[in-house]
Amino acid sequence: MAKKEDIFDKAKEAVNKAAEVIKDTAEDLVENVQELVEDVKDFIEDDKTKQVVASVKNAGEKIAQTAKESAANVSETIKTTTQRVVADVKNDTKIITRKDAKIPEGPLAEKWSNYKAHQKLVNPANKRRLDVIVVGTGLAGASAAASLAEMGFNVLNFCIQDSPRRAHSIAAQGGINAAKNYPNDGDSVYRLFYDTIKGGDYRAREANVYRLAEVSNNIIDQCVAQGVPFARDYGGLLDNRSFGGAQVSRTFYAKGQTGQQLLLGAYSALSRQVGKGTVKLYVRYEMLDVVVIDGRARGIIARNLVTGKTERFFAHAVVVGTGGYGNAFFLSTNAMTSNGSAAIQMYKKGAYFANPAYAQIHPTCIPVHGDYQSKLTLMSESLRNDGRIWVPKKKEDAEAIRAGKLKPTDLKEEDRDYYLERRYPAFGNLVPRDVASRAAKERCDAGFGVGNTGLAVYLDFSEAINRLGENVVRARYGNLFQMYEKIVDDNPYKTPMMIYPAIHYTMGGIWVDYELQTSVKGLFCIGEANFSDHGANRLGASALMQGLADGYFVLPYTIQNYLADQIQVPRISTDREEFEQAEKAINERIAKIMSIQGKYSVDHIHRELGLVMWDYVGMGRTAEGLKIALEKIQAIRNEFWTNVYVPGKSEGLNVELEKALRLADFIEIGELMARDALLREESCGGHFREEYQTPEGEALRNDEKFSFVSCWKYTGEGSEPELVKEPLDYEFIVRQQRNYKA
Amino acid sequence: MWLIHSSIGRKVIMSVTGIFLILFLTFHSIMNVTVLFSAQVYNDICEILGANWYAILGTGALALGFVLHILYALYLTLLNLKARGKDRYAVTQRQEGVAWASKNMFVLGLIIFGFLVLHLFNFWAKMQLVELTHGHGWVEAGLPNPQEGAFFINELFSNPVYSIIYIVWLAALWFHLTHGVWSSLQSIGVNNKTWLPRVKCVANVYSTIIIILFMAIPVYFLLGFRVL
Amino acid sequence: MEKVLNLTLKVWRQNGPKVKGAFETYKLDGISPDCSFLEMMDILNEKLISEHKEPVAFDHDCREGICGMCSMYINGHPHGPDGEITTCQLHMRNFKDGATITIEPWRSAAFPVIKDLMVDRGAFDKIIQAGGYVSVNTGGVPDGNAIPIPKPAADEAMDAASCIGCGACVAACKNGSAMLFLSAKVSQLALLPQGRVEAAHRAKAMLAKMDELGFGNCTNTGACEAECPKNVSISHIARLNREFISAKFKD
Repeated sequence: MAKKEDIFDKAKEAVNKAAEVIKDTAEDLVENVQELVEDVKDFIEDDKTKQVVASVKNAGEKIAQTAKESAANVSETIKTTTQRVVADVKNDTKIITRKDAKIPEGPLAEKWSNYKAHQKLVNPANKRRLDVIVVGTGLAGASAAASLAEMGFNVLNFCIQDSPRRAHSIAAQGGINAAKNYPNDGDSVYRLFYDTIKGGDYRAREANVYRLAEVSNNIIDQCVAQGVPFARDYGGLLDNRSFGGAQVSRTFYAKGQTGQQLLLGAYSALSRQVGKGTVKLYVRYEMLDVVVIDGRARGIIARNLVTGKTERFFAHAVVVGTGGYGNAFFLSTNAMTSNGSAAIQMYKKGAYFANPAYAQIHPTCIPVHGDYQSKLTLMSESLRNDGRIWVPKKKEDAEAIRAGKLKPTDLKEEDRDYYLERRYPAFGNLVPRDVASRAAKERCDAGFGVGNTGLAVYLDFSEAINRLGENVVRARYGNLFQMYEKIVDDNPYKTPMMIYPAIHYTMGGIWVDYELQTSVKGLFCIGEANFSDHGANRLGASALMQGLADGYFVLPYTIQNYLADQIQVPRISTDREEFEQAEKAINERIAKIMSIQGKYSVDHIHRELGLVMWDYVGMGRTAEGLKIALEKIQAIRNEFWTNVYVPGKSEGLNVELEKALRLADFIEIGELMARDALLREESCGGHFREEYQTPEGEALRNDEKFSFVSCWKYTGEGSEPELVKEPLDYEFIVRQQRNYKA
Repeated sequence: MWLIHSSIGRKVIMSVTGIFLILFLTFHSIMNVTVLFSAQVYNDICEILGANWYAILGTGALALGFVLHILYALYLTLLNLKARGKDRYAVTQRQEGVAWASKNMFVLGLIIFGFLVLHLFNFWAKMQLVELTHGHGWVEAGLPNPQEGAFFINELFSNPVYSIIYIVWLAALWFHLTHGVWSSLQSIGVNNKTWLPRVKCVANVYSTIIIILFMAIPVYFLLGFRVL
Repeated sequence: MEKVLNLTLKVWRQNGPKVKGAFETYKLDGISPDCSFLEMMDILNEKLISEHKEPVAFDHDCREGICGMCSMYINGHPHGPDGEITTCQLHMRNFKDGATITIEPWRSAAFPVIKDLMVDRGAFDKIIQAGGYVSVNTGGVPDGNAIPIPKPAADEAMDAASCIGCGACVAACKNGSAMLFLSAKVSQLALLPQGRVEAAHRAKAMLAKMDELGFGNCTNTGACEAECPKNVSISHIARLNREFISAKFKD
């Protein structure tokens, strides 16, 4: 970590650099003008003198303007950097430098190639002697485990469900992005990189995102080779569709089941290695702790969910790909076993938890319909291509609809408020997810919501059906309409669908450097579990891309840079003290939970937590609300540890115990989210602070103060975590305010 | 040997023997109806199929087909019972689109087999078997000529009980065939998504024609007609 | 909306693979017809927990019909009486007030019960491990568009690939056969040029594994297809048969 002196040095360096730039620019200007004057001299007698003089004047003015602008830019950079550095120094905040994050030197487009060319590798004979634990079998986990085993490492792979094929990556519907430019519409690696950074509201690391865009094309090739049945055109070539936040068609898809097909591809590669014996697969196992020996991750403790016994596993390195923590909200589109426990375990062992506040809320989910509800169902974003979103214009109409006295189809065109089209004429119903979600909440909060709860808006296809015919609409969205009808028992061809936003994806996660290594040596984190590539908001069809990029093409390289130094390390016995202590601590924790025998079931307390999260740490956050949330979460924590009831025994299968262990960690995550959201006094991407918005109600970023990754360092039970910052200095692109109006 | 050890191999045997038996039934049914038109022609055919080497070879092959089909059916049923596990479902319901016959092929097979024994006793034992064992001395002893099939038919079906028994048997056979015909093609892989409903339809029509041809005789008798 | 259901549930309870199980009967009142079947099970479990009894163990995860984890045999049908869906997508409006619902685990020798309604479907993973893949390593593959694939073949491969591995086919089959599951994978990869290369070996290896694991023999009843939540067609079984037989004849 950087010390104070280093920071001052850095600031000085920045100032010097800026001065140099200004000097250089000025020199260039003078030189250019001089040259031009020389040129003009030769022509002085010519007929076109006037013209030449005019053009020289023009050029001179242009150069002067450019110089002025760059000088202004430089001084702006100096100003913001200095302000931030001074603030950090005042607060004694630790800073993660570029060097700490291991970002390679050189131009953006060459960083990854440079890295690969110079990294350390492990020779084949040594690979056999190295063990790697991979926790999770989603897109990231399965692809990493398979790729590492293909290279020759011994892999131990852990899966919480009964089969790797059940991981929640399977539920992704829409597609996967890649910069192939097959449709010849001007796509490129740079454009994908740029769109991703912009979509993430300039809160992602440039080098990582560029690498992601670079390897995106390899992913498509790899999946095709594995037999993933992507949609194809009549000519036999791959088909693309467009998705929110991009002006090109770069999304590859397999019906509405792209996640399933990609996961089954990775699963088949993994299965091949399991069959060969290079991967040892542990199903129905849940990781309960990382074991750290001499500052390096050397294994995990996992619980066999069938026998209920905890077991110890050693490896030279540990890779965690356990997905996001959206279930802290109780109701989300995540699967029931999706949890944030592995993240909390890593956090407690010294890995930083980065940007916990960045959670994505998906605008098109089926609304909550009862308090027995267990999860929310996502309807693909693609519906917004043809559906129009509206609420009644008059409050009394909305009230009548809620009371069941009025049907939406009875409302005349002029009594409907197509609020997205009204507010964002250019993008209309296709604004990014966060914008659409907030707009829906705004209307419902103002009393215009529909459905029996008043927490829903209409997504209407009547216009599309009139324009295209029911058959075309059926061909495009038939499966989604069928799903909706099964759940809601309402025919969306006749009455408009009802939708409402729901928690969907978490951009935050464990902090990793360019090598995907956490702040604990030998502990790697991949996929949604890490914080890296999406910034403050993820674009559609990018999650699958990131998971597979990490697993197939990034981690298998970068982990070798670490493992190359570990070839001398013998396999450590799991009888060692560190393993024993870790296992003991877990068993004590389990025994404690079992001994409480309180009044409330796990789900009861989880629901309470979810409500607090949704009300105060959800779509619209305020300083006041977040403070209330912190208090309430503290109360929920107390309630959990004194009043939870878990039936049965710790031996054998005990689903309630599993849920209790996860809930204990969700409470920690909830607190971290609230804390992070309180710190971030700006609105960006999925994080919206109501105090910080433009007069039109749009997110207002504050680049001077908050252009950094907020990393939280665990400081022990009951003590506040320490904030560590990774500044995000954009070297290659210029930040802009996102604008989807025009 | 893959025809014994692999499940598809076992199915191939069921399928091939099944197809063989279907072909036999086709021939048998066509041959039978001739008796309705001319007892003489029918008897001539019986004579050709009497005690000569081709016929004996054919009968042997047919017997082998039956035995294989039955043995494999037994073996498969036992294996499948084992695969089902010890605990049975407390509630079972018919699935839409699943033919009743397809789930009861073994039971249908047993019924068919039982009647087959009767049938062999009724006809074969008095005809080809007699020829093989006694030659022409039989007729000289004043007993029915084993080559005059029409005589036996006339005698047996004049008894309405037999006619009815045969109709019941043929009904069981019809069920067995409706599943058996398309299933034999499916098992050797002669099927695809487009052809699946077509093959099923053709199979139903085919089995129905065969059974109608067979049934024509007992029905003819029940209606009071006689062939002699 | 005001309507509620009062139900009698007969649920199979079994403490472990070797222990004998039995039905237990529970009364559950006031269930909303908009509730999903698994949410109804959640309510039952909440009730059992509040009575300090052990909740019913059942498998479930994504609750949107794609992970293939949920597995209940409800009133004589895997995934319940409604068609083309998994248990998690089944809603209580499919049942009448006062109904008795019998809930059983998948029953097949190859899927031993772990606890209550949870079964071990590890055999499916083993079948895939035996050959349900294309033997390519990460990296060094040709461009995605290097080999054009006719759209009908790609579409049919996609239909086969939509299998979610839930095991309803085995549960529905009176022979406990996994042919539909197996054939879906064999068929998907045999239809694509990438998988064509090792199609013969794949069919043999996967079938041998299926037979070894104690699944039954297919007798073409079609019950698997009728109960498959993803409508996988038995025409894939015909393709598997074809692949296997021609592979054996070539040997």
